[in-house]
Amino acid sequence: MTAMLSTNKLTKTFSLKQGTLARAAAALGVGGDAPRQVFAVNQVSLDVDQGEVLGLVGESGCGKSTVGRMIAGLLPASAGSLAFQGEDITRPSVATHLKIQMVFQNPYASLNPRHRIDQAVTEAAQYHGLVSKSEAPAYAAQLLRQVGLDPSYATRYPHQFSGGQRQRIAIARALSLKPRFVVCDEAVSALDVSVQAQVLNLFMDLRESQGLTYLFISHNLAVVEYIADRVAIMYLGRVVELADTRSIFSRPQHPYTQALIADAPRLDTKVAEHRPIQGELPSPLDPPRGCAFHPRCPHAMERCRSEVPALQQGAPGHWSACHLVHAAA
Amino acid sequence: MALLEVDRLVTEFHTGAGVVRALDNVSFTLERGKVLGIVGESGSGKSVTAFSLMNLLEAPGRIASGSIRFKGEELGAASPTRWSQLRGDRIAMVFQDPMMSLNPVMRIGAQLAETVAIHARASRAQIDEQVCSALRRVGIAAPAERMRAYPHELSGGMRQRVAIANAIINAPDLIIADEPTTALDVTIQGQILYEMKQLVRSSGTALLWITHDISLVKDLADHLCVMYAGRVIEQGPVDQVIGQPRHPYTRGLIDSLPHAASRGKRLYSIPGATPPLLALPPGCAFAPRCSRASAACSVTPQVTVAGAREFRCFHPLDRP
Repeated sequence: MTAMLSTNKLTKTFSLKQGTLARAAAALGVGGDAPRQVFAVNQVSLDVDQGEVLGLVGESGCGKSTVGRMIAGLLPASAGSLAFQGEDITRPSVATHLKIQMVFQNPYASLNPRHRIDQAVTEAAQYHGLVSKSEAPAYAAQLLRQVGLDPSYATRYPHQFSGGQRQRIAIARALSLKPRFVVCDEAVSALDVSVQAQVLNLFMDLRESQGLTYLFISHNLAVVEYIADRVAIMYLGRVVELADTRSIFSRPQHPYTQALIADAPRLDTKVAEHRPIQGELPSPLDPPRGCAFHPRCPHAMERCRSEVPALQQGAPGHWSACHLVHAAA
Repeated sequence: MALLEVDRLVTEFHTGAGVVRALDNVSFTLERGKVLGIVGESGSGKSVTAFSLMNLLEAPGRIASGSIRFKGEELGAASPTRWSQLRGDRIAMVFQDPMMSLNPVMRIGAQLAETVAIHARASRAQIDEQVCSALRRVGIAAPAERMRAYPHELSGGMRQRVAIANAIINAPDLIIADEPTTALDVTIQGQILYEMKQLVRSSGTALLWITHDISLVKDLADHLCVMYAGRVIEQGPVDQVIGQPRHPYTRGLIDSLPHAASRGKRLYSIPGATPPLLALPPGCAFAPRCSRASAACSVTPQVTVAGAREFRCFHPLDRP
């Protein structure tokens, strides 16, 4: 079975702006340095199957949102390829990307405060000809009902809603184009716990009723463990571990994944006093040689300092990029 | 005598739309060397509690009644001079966003030195020594070099460490921390929590830790207060409150957290939303969302004391 969505060595680099002098020097042929590049996403290959929820986890700056934006067609890829239902969409194609929609973190920023809710949720559908202007009010009512809001709210403005209700509106807007695939970028991170549970339930209901497939990007491990079927862990632009949710949480292989799981506060286990992993994310401008995690890794070996570990399959379906795991095997 | 005794504190905001009672008869005590966690969702009054304790409320907010006793001293009667002696010396605060609480145009060493010099006479060398020591204690390597850095040159985690160093530098009796790790990554949050635990243990400082994340205080706090709509609706030893909540809201808050065992099932979710403080329902503010509510709940429930536990509920959950 081919995956619904697959990325192959998807890469995004950003070039740093050069100063005037450096540019002048380059033009005159006296400057030696090429423009510096940052690898925000480095050769990420992921497959997402029809109906699946893939969780994408990492800390700030690891590139998880950039992956989501490339998949949603909001950012062009620098290298690698992206395919959706067998069609190559590395160069964003409008027709295909309508089937891939996105829900953002902050519903205070993602809704236009001057647009009424019915306008917000039906604008894109009208633009793309899914509904006519006369059908729009009925369509807005249907969408609002689908996300658990009273259709009589259609003529209100975003400021009249709570954070949880706004996120429902943002979800209704994403659903208006009848997507098959939804990228949720920290979609519940800004919500209070009791509201977060309501919105997570809504995502699960919609998965069932609409047959949706999700890429669920989050830094919150408890949320990902709850909602995802498989989880990919990213560190400094690369996927360092990929496995089904149960394996990744019960038998994490990569030392970074182990640290993340150990450091995440949780209610259902009594954590022994442990010393959290030291150090901070290195600057992507000046990434460490070899494995990007080696300066923080308690098990780093000589080889980790020189050679980038490849993502390899250990147990069936359980991939990790660590010399330690694959040298032992 | 407890270090901090807050008794029936009422804080109000007089707005054009009416009087908002942000804190409604909030009472708790904090002993020396102990950690008190305050948990609540947005708008529950947890940050207003911190600002009331530090006398940092700005108009139209004011403390309407109640008392705050710190080492036996009634802080409601404290003069501005007395407050400047206390703040930064005996009571220190760590805010959520260190970019807002650090001065962007001052080297961090100078900011910490200022905190020392305002409260004590000391020589330049003594102060530098104290600054270095504080930075070292919060896990900053090479403090002598870091002292010369400006806040923008540091990562978010480092900045929060500097803010914590600034709070501990005068060995205060009490530190009030308002969501200090919320803006940080999981591994950095883990480091800061670990370091705070060590600091509290080694120095005997009492800590009041405010957070929206109940799982964060589970391994940190001794005592837990749960707030809803400006009231402390339940408090007690942290293991008991989390293990056997008596108030239906606390139960709901815990059950709403996603966890491994709930995979594939619907998450429990508290119906409805937090009521706006300007339009609180009469009586128990949680009643409209509560499955146990009855006609009795239209009267504000008083505090029930049961051993070390306290709760405001007419229909508390039974102990198992």
